[in-house]
Amino acid sequence: MQAGQPTGAVKTGVPVGDPDRAVLIDIYSRASLIRQCCDRFASVIRSGRIAAPYYSPRGQEIVAASMGGALKADDYLITIYRGLHDHLAKGVPLRELWAEYAGRATGSCKGKGGPMHITHPASGVVVTTGIVGSGIPIANGLGWASLVKEDGKVTVTSFGDGASNIGAFHEGLNLASLWKLPVVFLCQNNRYAEHTSYELGTASPTIAGRSSSYSMPGVRVDGNDPVAMWKAFRAAIDRARAGDGPTLIEAMTFRFDGHVFGDAGDYIPKEEYAEAIANDPVPAFRKWLLENDTATEAELAAIESDIADRLTDAVEFALASPYPEDSELRYDVLLEEIEP
Amino acid sequence: MNAVTESKVRMITGPEATNIALDEALAADPYVLVFGEDVADGQGGGIVHGTKGLSDKYGSLRVRSTPISEQAILGAAVGAAIGGMRPVAEIMLMNFLTVGMDQLVNHAAKIRFMSGGQTGVPLTIRTMSGAGGGFGGQHSDMLEAWLAHIPGLKVVVPSDPTELKGLLTACIFDDNPCVVVESTMMAMSGMKSPAPEPGFRIPLGKANVAREGSDVSVIGYGRPIAEAHSVAEQLEGQGISVEVIDLRTIAPLDMKTVLASVAKTKRAVIVHEAVRNFGVGAEIAAHINEELFGELAAPVRRIASKNTPVPYSASLEKAFLLSAADLETAIRSTLERK
Repeated sequence: MQAGQPTGAVKTGVPVGDPDRAVLIDIYSRASLIRQCCDRFASVIRSGRIAAPYYSPRGQEIVAASMGGALKADDYLITIYRGLHDHLAKGVPLRELWAEYAGRATGSCKGKGGPMHITHPASGVVVTTGIVGSGIPIANGLGWASLVKEDGKVTVTSFGDGASNIGAFHEGLNLASLWKLPVVFLCQNNRYAEHTSYELGTASPTIAGRSSSYSMPGVRVDGNDPVAMWKAFRAAIDRARAGDGPTLIEAMTFRFDGHVFGDAGDYIPKEEYAEAIANDPVPAFRKWLLENDTATEAELAAIESDIADRLTDAVEFALASPYPEDSELRYDVLLEEIEP
Repeated sequence: MNAVTESKVRMITGPEATNIALDEALAADPYVLVFGEDVADGQGGGIVHGTKGLSDKYGSLRVRSTPISEQAILGAAVGAAIGGMRPVAEIMLMNFLTVGMDQLVNHAAKIRFMSGGQTGVPLTIRTMSGAGGGFGGQHSDMLEAWLAHIPGLKVVVPSDPTELKGLLTACIFDDNPCVVVESTMMAMSGMKSPAPEPGFRIPLGKANVAREGSDVSVIGYGRPIAEAHSVAEQLEGQGISVEVIDLRTIAPLDMKTVLASVAKTKRAVIVHEAVRNFGVGAEIAAHINEELFGELAAPVRRIASKNTPVPYSASLEKAFLLSAADLETAIRSTLERK
């Protein structure tokens, strides 16, 4: 696979080598899980069994899977409403994830947060926000806490290209660089901010290039290339853990299902859509693994079949779970019970 | 009000109260962090010196000045709180809070609920405001009703330096997001009250019967409590007994104490410095009407600042602000009715 055009170099003490076979298989497992979960979610929503606002990350699987493969289990992740791929890549359990989408008491947030606010601290997923750009300043606080506690954790905060035009991006990157915080800013550039194209909304030619304003390394990477993505993450994560400060990664990607599920994407040129779908990243990665003798057909089929079974179990679990009691309104507004 | 007559009691100002509370908290808990614009000693230790000496004493890892970036300050507070800290962020003036409101309203206030209780945000925001200093429309607003309208936040407005110390300490060690609205005029006027014992804290969500009385209840918070005391003192000599309730905490609102007082006096005058319309006074008046309508001897009155932006000119600013005379007139009007 070919790396994208870097716009800067992430300097670390030790150069990052290529991922080994175990890492590649791990990334594929995470990517396949995301892909299958997206497909399953689309079919369940179409069947009417779950009604939820769904911001599909289809097409962005490799970005998240590479991140999941490069982070430690207890590193922090902050993501956004289009975050299903990030949640899965970081290890949020399928049953709790699906039950939360279905609004059930067994969901990761007891049905109080929903798809846009998935939280699962045990997997490191500490915040999912529905407000564009807001996760950026929050990441700095987690990074600062890690410096105070000396826990060695890295915080990744994931956002879209549209978020780079909100003030919080500027304030957040400036402070992170000033304070040398152990944070990785992951911009998943899927070329559209809601319905507005990158060119119509963003004056700078790249997001990565904006990093120079903050004396911070910035790299633009092909988000469909797991080798390049993993190496970019490793370099940024190593740099953060070493105390050298933050990095901005711009992962070039594309969203296949429009802004919100049901959006036909009429504002996207047909040729752009066709080209993206022809380069659907998970099948391409699969093909590459087989062609390079990194994995066998039987091995990948077993991984995929196991995921399919786990998804079936998660869907059944979610749909069989009870809705939360109305009395839940009394709890979690404050630490103490309230009279709502 | 914590008035005192003994000369040997040490008296403190508002900024000194802030400093004592922060110093104690930083000493007690290594995860207390203090930050905001100009708070470190290299930048003067805060514009009214509320944080003076703290960065020198506790180091720049825990006490730091920030850029003028309210979203970054409040976002860092949210993240640090989720990461196990007890951040105390300063937003220099309350109007500047509007620049970073997203972090407070959409994140700090809601993260515990939206996560189903998995994450909490034990942060404290210190800010300062109030009219009377000639700072005009963008440096003087009292916006506590905005914040009290958001489920999930605790909002306190202390009425003197002793109260400020006790309430700020309580907020720092509370596991919910808290906003403490300090008073610009309290700092600028040099208002003093007795220094409390170390560790002093005032329970949140509980109003204080600051002065007992039997004819009319004056319910307020913040700076006007001092005016309520002086009016009550003056009316006492004329045979009118005024009870003064200092709410201390706007959210959660302690209506139990307010209703007990009004059930006794049958008359209520609510006073606040914030503009009148859609203010905290309206909320309290509605509760009183819901619970005590048939028992009231007079309509509930509200005394507040005029419904305009805070004006600059001293004469207009005086006309804008509520006055002790307004309060006295309102109290008397409740007594004129049978």
